[in-house]
Formats: sequence, C-alpha cells, structure tokens
Amino acid sequence: MTAALALTHREILRFVRQPSRIAGAVVPPLMAWILLGSGFGSSLKMPTASASTPYLAYFYPGTVVLVVLFASIFSNISIIEDRKEGFLQGVLVSPVSPVSLVLGKVLGAGLLAMIQGAALLLLAPLLVSGLTPGRLLAALGVLALLSLALAGLGFSVAWPLDSTQGFHGVMNMFLIPMWVLSGSFFPREGAPAWLAAAMALNPLTYGVAAFREVLTPGVGGLPPLAISLAVTAGFAVAAFLLPVLLVRHTAGPR
Amino acid sequence: MSDPAVSVRGLSKSFGERAALSDVSLEVQGGSIFALLGPNGGGKTTLFRILSTLLRPDSGSFSIAGLDPKKQLRQLRGRIGVVFQSPALDRKLTVLENLRLHGRISGLNAARIESLAASLLSRLDLLDRKNDRVETLSGGLARRAEIAKALLTSPDVLLLDEPSTGLDPVARRTLRDVLRNLVSHGEITVLLTTHIFDEAEAADTIGLIDGGKLVAKDTPDALKARVGGDVLVVETAGAPEASSLAMEISNAFGKDAGALRVVAETVRLERREAHRFIPALVERFPGRFISVSYGRPSLEDVFIDLTGHRFEEAA
Repeated sequence: MTAALALTHREILRFVRQPSRIAGAVVPPLMAWILLGSGFGSSLKMPTASASTPYLAYFYPGTVVLVVLFASIFSNISIIEDRKEGFLQGVLVSPVSPVSLVLGKVLGAGLLAMIQGAALLLLAPLLVSGLTPGRLLAALGVLALLSLALAGLGFSVAWPLDSTQGFHGVMNMFLIPMWVLSGSFFPREGAPAWLAAAMALNPLTYGVAAFREVLTPGVGGLPPLAISLAVTAGFAVAAFLLPVLLVRHTAGPR
Repeated sequence: MSDPAVSVRGLSKSFGERAALSDVSLEVQGGSIFALLGPNGGGKTTLFRILSTLLRPDSGSFSIAGLDPKKQLRQLRGRIGVVFQSPALDRKLTVLENLRLHGRISGLNAARIESLAASLLSRLDLLDRKNDRVETLSGGLARRAEIAKALLTSPDVLLLDEPSTGLDPVARRTLRDVLRNLVSHGEITVLLTTHIFDEAEAADTIGLIDGGKLVAKDTPDALKARVGGDVLVVETAGAPEASSLAMEISNAFGKDAGALRVVAETVRLERREAHRFIPALVERFPGRFISVSYGRPSLEDVFIDLTGHRFEEAA
C-alpha cells in the first residue's frame, strides 16, 4: 500500500507541476457543453420523460462525466511517456507488485479526475433546482466511483500502446463513442432500437444514469439507481483487474 | 574467493529469426567491476535486459546474489540496482523526491530512506542539488542521480547499461571514479555494458560480446597479452588493394611478417618488435599504402583478433 500511495503522490506532483493539463481536461468539455448545449437546445425536441428539462441542464451531468473521462485519459497518457523515458522500466525492476503499480496509478489518475469533475459541480446550484447538500455529496460519491472506473480503463488502453498517437486513435474510435452512447448527450428513450441496445450494453450508461439520478432525482427514463450503481461498481472492479492482469502478463520473467 | 555475484548459464534469446544471444555463460566475481564490451547490436543490451529482469530468456538460467529469478523474483529485484540507458528518474520531480519515491516503492521505511538518501547524495556530491527538479540537471549530474537512486536500496549488484553514453569526458571520469570507489569499499559488484574501449579498460574483468556470443572473458591486461607482440596497421586506398598487398607481403616475407590480417581497407600485422619491420615494408612497397602505424595492442586489436572484423563493422 505504501508503494501504491507513493505512486499516487507522484501523479499529483506531476499534475500540479504541469498546469496546462488542468486546462486541457476542463476547458474542452466546458466548451462542448456551452456550444453544443446552446446550439442543440433551441432546435432539439426532447422525448416526453425528459421534456421538462432544458437541454443545457440535461447535458450538464454528461459534461461532468466527460471532464472525468478526459482527465482520466490524460493522466494515463503518462504511462506511454514513462515507458519511453525509462521511468516505467525502473518501476518494473523494483520489487513493487503489479497490484500496487496499478493501484498507485489508478488512485492518482482517479483522484485527479474526480477533483476536476468536482470543480464543475460548483456550477450545479445554478443549473439544478432543489439541490441539497446530501444530493451533492451522493453525486460526488458516484463521481468517485466513475473516476476510478475510467482511470482503470485508461490504464488498460495505455498499457499496450507505444505511442501517444495510438492513444489518440483509440480515444477517438472507442472512448468518445462510449461517452456519446452513455446517455450523456441524448437520452436512450428516444433513440432508435439499435442505438438504444448499444447504449444498454455500454457500462458507462449506468454511471451517467446513477450520476444523473442522484443529482436530479425522478427525471425518468433511467434504469433503477440500485442497478446503475451495481453495474458501475462492477465496471470499476473490472477496470482495475484488467490492468493488473495486463501488467502481470508483461512484467518480468517468470 | 567469494561466491560469484552474478552467474549466467547458457542464456539464449531470439527475436523472430534473429538470435540476439546464443548460449552465453559467465560468472562475475563479487566486489569487482565487470564490463560487457561489444559493438551495438552485439547482444549486450539483451543480456542486460535479461539480468535486470525485464526480459525473459528463451533458454538458460542465471542467478544474482544466489537468487533464482524463476523462484525468487521479488527478492532478486530487491538486491539489484539498475541504471538504464534512458533516464528512469521523473524529470518533473526533484532529486530527493525521486529517491523517496523509489525507496517507498521498494519497501523501505521513511526514516531509513531519509538517512540513506542524505548519505548517498553527499557521497555522490549531489547534496546542493537535491531540491532541484531532474529536468534542470546536466547529463552527468542526472546520471549520478540515477546511480544514487539505484543504490538507495543497498543492492548487492549494480547493473548499468551504457552508463557513459551522452556524458562529456569529465563526467565520464567522475562516473568511473564513483564506481571504483563503491567497489573498493567492498559494498557492491558492478556489471556494466559499454561500447567504449576506455571504459572497459577501467574494469577488473571484460567480457567481449559479439554476434550474441561471448567471445572472451579476461582481465584487460590478459586480453591484450593474447595479441602476439606489437601491431602494425597499414592503411591502403581500399579493401581490394589491402587484400592484394597482404598477399604480396606474405609472399615476400613469409613468416617474418608475423600474423597477417586484412580488415576492411587495412592490413594488420602482429609480431614481436614490429617496429623493425617498418623500413623493410616501406622500401619493398613504395606508394602502395597511405600510412603505416605502430602501437602496442589495444582492446580493439584484441577484438579484431578474436572476431576477424572491426568493432564498428560488427553485426
């Protein structure tokens, strides 16, 4: 655990010393929110269950999730840099276990992602009516779970790659569609059947649903909160175990 | 005699069709500096990566400090310090932060890390830079910080891959002194890879590696003594000229010419009192060569003797 926390500490130091990363993770989703949200808001007709919600407010939880997704991903790009520069080799030949290595990275990336997502939650009182401190706290909890899941996912994506270009490719082909199909951008209830099916299979759908439900209860058209939370927790566990297996497979002679 | 610090038995490793390492066996005596000398692509980095537990050999085995990586991988990793060619320090962190991080992931407690780091930084003359970020250090200082990091866990064996690459001559000398100092205090065994003859010469033992094979292993002096006498290098205009000249020298002087060898555009002669042979050579073959040079055998001569080709033409 000490080893994992030491690696987490490193992630935080690195982040604080590269201020451009903060801007890189927060500004693009905010811009997407304002531009897409304002643009679509006036021309889109929301399905009945969500009809009472203005589009900017509907889009808001999804934007927070996007910030978390971007932040987790940016933190994990450093795995590729670490491999190039030799830092990772140094860690791999030390007696640190794969579990500690992954835990350190995922905790660090997850914590940073959550902080960035939470920064956006400061807007919540302006957009969400009847927000209570309890709901805000619950939203933070869901955000923490999501951050860990996405950090683990980012790790698994970054680990086998040897170039940052490859990472951007995977991000555009896989991570962005995953986010678009998570109910962040448009609700599942109005979508065509094939799209709705893809959304139902997407684990991120449940994270977004849980986040939306605790922030704005009773918007409708969402899976039950218990199911959303259970799937998201399962997602986080799987997203942690996968990189552990990957590291164990590639590290050192057996 | 102490037990060998590193023991390698029949290691082989191929990448696809190419055999990077074939059946290499060697032992490194505890408390000594061992240099793996070879041209780039000769297999020394592959051997280094296997010994540092990053790469799995196809066959063969090795042990470090008596530990078998197949059974005691974590213990073994706790007993080696590794300095890679590419810097393993986090450039955004300070020297001290890097040492602390390495200490904590290696399982040392905080108090021990602080005291070990302080003594290592002062021994390596880095105390006044300990709070500087690694990205602000010069190449030589950064390499020393790498070594400090590798030594933090008090390893039995320090492995270094091409440690003087990218360093200026002064930094190279400092590095050499640092390593010699560590070994003479009897604390550690050093195994380094290099393609620089000077650096190998400072080692206690040299393992010459070429084409994935260990071609010789001995002290620098003993290796040079293998070359019979002195060396004349006759430089000609090209490889064909060198071949025909060698043939003619052999016809003209027979055994008197000593051991003859054509290497690229040069003819090399090894014989006792080779300097006496120069006038005869110049008078017999006027204008047939560009220069002739005389010298005591160097490690490069040893390499050519053993492999039949020049260092930079290998593999």
